[in-house]
Amino acid sequence: MAKISSLEELRKIRNDAKESMKTRSGNAKVRVFASMGTVGIAGGAREALKAMIDELEKRNFHDVEIVEGGSMGLDNEEPIIRIERDGFETTYGKVTPDMARQIVAQHIINGQMISEWVIARNEK
Amino acid sequence: MKELSLNILDILENSIHAGASDITLSIEEDTSEKDRLFFSIQDNGKGMDPAFLKTVFDPFTTTSTTKKVGLGLPLLKAEAEMAGGGAKITSEKGEGTIVSFWFQYSHWDRPPIGDIAGTVLIMFMVHSAVEFSYFHRVNEYSFSVSTKQLKEVFDDVPLNHPTAVKGIQEYLTTSIQNLHGGKNGQD
Ligand SMILES: Nc1ncnc2c1ncn2[C@@H]1O[C@H](COP(=O)(O)OP(=O)(O)O)[C@@H](O)[C@H]1O
Ligand code: FES
Repeated sequence: MAKISSLEELRKIRNDAKESMKTRSGNAKVRVFASMGTVGIAGGAREALKAMIDELEKRNFHDVEIVEGGSMGLDNEEPIIRIERDGFETTYGKVTPDMARQIVAQHIINGQMISEWVIARNEK
Repeated sequence: MKELSLNILDILENSIHAGASDITLSIEEDTSEKDRLFFSIQDNGKGMDPAFLKTVFDPFTTTSTTKKVGLGLPLLKAEAEMAGGGAKITSEKGEGTIVSFWFQYSHWDRPPIGDIAGTVLIMFMVHSAVEFSYFHRVNEYSFSVSTKQLKEVFDDVPLNHPTAVKGIQEYLTTSIQNLHGGKNGQD
């Protein structure tokens, strides 16, 4: 991405984003729930989320919405990322930036969960 | 926390949990004679009553139900005091809270500021329903941006769209670099 140093330049990015939304029908296909509690922040939640965004953008996948997840009450498993896709809610624990990138490639984009990292899963 | 930007994220999240709809983060870096690094986070959340406020720098204070010990604020205060600075909280029940902390800029024990763009980005991306303003000054140069401004730019594109997030990240990173290179931020 080119250097952006003004809101004017950011406006161009908006137009790109708008373009990519045209192919989206209604609600986003995938929802990602993020939670930034003290334990998660100290454990790298911010870095995991940044890696996720970076990977989504690299792979040009935009049919996703990142939303506030509330406290998940699983401090020992932080950082946690929860994915809602195909009627299932899948929770990943101790997510590193590398794991976050793989979750994007396999689960978010292709719908294949990575079982060994899943700490909870239930039907929505 | 390894870097101050993570402490700031933690304090911002406290504001969110206190129900704030308006949050302002200010960072002031004075590298010359004043030799001071100053942070403040102001919110219009539920605030704290005077009795609770007195205990908030006590390491065993937390109203969190999932955690036994709240370490965020007491630890930060201790770190600031070890680096020629301090911390202060003013709060009024029902009105809001201001958390500020500062350091001697050149002090050996001062933790690095770290990835402040990353922290600010989380606010815009995950908490776009909150009106968030970020102000950053380095000596005589300054930069500011708010949720309101970004929403005007992005119009019907949500701020959490991956392309929007990447754009905002790039904008923040460049603007903060410019500040340290002796340039004002542009809006
Ligand atoms: N901005 C705020 N508004 C209202 N209450 C707050 C705010 N910041 C902190 N508090 C209160 O102070 C307590 C201690 O905060 P902190 O030391 O960060 O620990 P923790 O967030 O881990 O509980 C919180 O549990 C909360 O009740
Ligand atoms: S991610 Fe900020 S309150 Fe949950």
